[in-house]
Amino acid sequence: MKKKTTMTVADSRRIAQEIWSLELAYAPGEAPDQVRPGQFAGIYPAAADLLLMRPISICRWDPARSVLRFVYRAAGRGTTTLTGLKAGDRVDMLGILGNGYDLDALAGRRVLLLGGGIGIPPMLELAASLSACKNENKNTQVTAILGYRDGDLFLKEEMEAFADVLVATEDGSAGTKGNVLDVVREKGIEADVICACGPLPMLRAVRRYAAENGIRAFLSLEERMACGVGVCLGCVTGTTKVDEHSRVHNARVCVEGPVFDAEDVAL
Amino acid sequence: MSVTIAGVTFRNPVMTASGTFGSGMEYAEFIDLSQLGAVVTKGVSNIPWPGNPTPRVAEVTAGMLNAIGLQNPGIDVFIERDLAFLKEIDTKVIVNVCGKSVEDYLEVVRRLQEEPVDMLEINVSCPNVKEGAIAFGQNPDALYDITEKIKRVAAQPVIMKLTPNVTDITQMARAAEDAGADAISLINTITGAKIDIEKRQFVLANRTGGMSGPAIKPVAVRMVWQAAQAVSIPVIGMGGIATAEDAIEFMMAGASAVAVGAMNFHNPYATVEIARGMEDWCARHGVERVADLTGIVAG
Repeated sequence: MKKKTTMTVADSRRIAQEIWSLELAYAPGEAPDQVRPGQFAGIYPAAADLLLMRPISICRWDPARSVLRFVYRAAGRGTTTLTGLKAGDRVDMLGILGNGYDLDALAGRRVLLLGGGIGIPPMLELAASLSACKNENKNTQVTAILGYRDGDLFLKEEMEAFADVLVATEDGSAGTKGNVLDVVREKGIEADVICACGPLPMLRAVRRYAAENGIRAFLSLEERMACGVGVCLGCVTGTTKVDEHSRVHNARVCVEGPVFDAEDVAL
Repeated sequence: MSVTIAGVTFRNPVMTASGTFGSGMEYAEFIDLSQLGAVVTKGVSNIPWPGNPTPRVAEVTAGMLNAIGLQNPGIDVFIERDLAFLKEIDTKVIVNVCGKSVEDYLEVVRRLQEEPVDMLEINVSCPNVKEGAIAFGQNPDALYDITEKIKRVAAQPVIMKLTPNVTDITQMARAAEDAGADAISLINTITGAKIDIEKRQFVLANRTGGMSGPAIKPVAVRMVWQAAQAVSIPVIGMGGIATAEDAIEFMMAGASAVAVGAMNFHNPYATVEIARGMEDWCARHGVERVADLTGIVAG
């Protein structure tokens, strides 16, 4: 069930230039029964004149401690206010939002995770969940390609606990020079299914690559949002089929997404 | 706490502002809809409307801009799905109607004649669509004309929702009243724009959008007061209501009921908290009937 709730900051620290890690703990009895990889929450900025939550993907979920981890870019005023949070501070959160990945569609397959920039964080929880699937289905293989601007890497070591990890950097200072698809081509990586999150040009390229190679792909989209629960119709994405809500070709990223089958979206 | 507008009695004066609450399904997960005075639905047109390109929303100081463009599934799906849902809820239902031409509006109004709907709210004030909507609300003659035609076919009492993007709100309020409107509601959003100075371009794909949120409240209070002075039909007040005290302020300015809009996005519990807060305020101040507050500053 979705709710707005007050969380307690368990940890907040910078892990790269402009990239911050924030851990938020639920009050006793408040934690959700289930958190799916690819879902997100809305975190309210600590500023009285900012009304709207910031939709941030879930990077890790620790049910034992009831702690959600978020890794975000301090890009504007709202997210920058979050960087001032200290352990023990209170912050309001709307969650858990979005559909998340369908693990049944991924288990037992060779899964290729593609994360570009601030699209990397949700791939960590997905890799961890798929890693858990391996215990039940030994055929599950997880490869992650992480794309960065430069050598200021983040979440790479955590990812290595759950996947074979390769790196691309735009300036060539680490891994392959170029983007995540350059790594796929250079290393000849094969996959049964691709899960990708990153900037729109990357997602467009992944969608095209998947279609050309007959590979199923799931894309995690980002869009400016107000309500986060499907009411305002602010965060729609173009779709190839008539959408369920408005019967046009605009699905709500916050409810029908943020994870879409690549074939279903018109990016 | 009940109030009566055009013969319809509402449990309390707190409604939802059209476009900020869908048809209530999504927020039913957070609040008990039967604690609301009314659910005012998102605008519905005769056929599905796709709305505008994204980005459709942007944040501004103590408020937001939107240029959704009235994306909606059209009257067929609305009746079949949304009204079927609302029929089971013990609250009043006000359907917001939008269109590009007068005939579009009339088609929707006719389709609702036999449906379980308590009132109609006519959107002649959305600033984000190229045709219709605001075009009818910025010219008193056009407003009079569409109001009169809708009144002729409507089975339910009609509220005309007015735009603040006019020079003289009293002219529009009077045009609606003269044409037979049962009530008016205001304000819709105030046209605004936001520029990303790093990218040197508008933040919204539509360039301009409608501003809502606490920042617009003083403008809304002023206009509700002016409109209420100009007409004798009831006024439903809205624009930046965030607290019970804000709602009381609108009542004192002349509103018979209020609507909560953008604040739903900040706090999904806002409507019921404001209704409860108004009741507490009235109890603390010895106000027996909340309706007694309507227009008490008008003098």
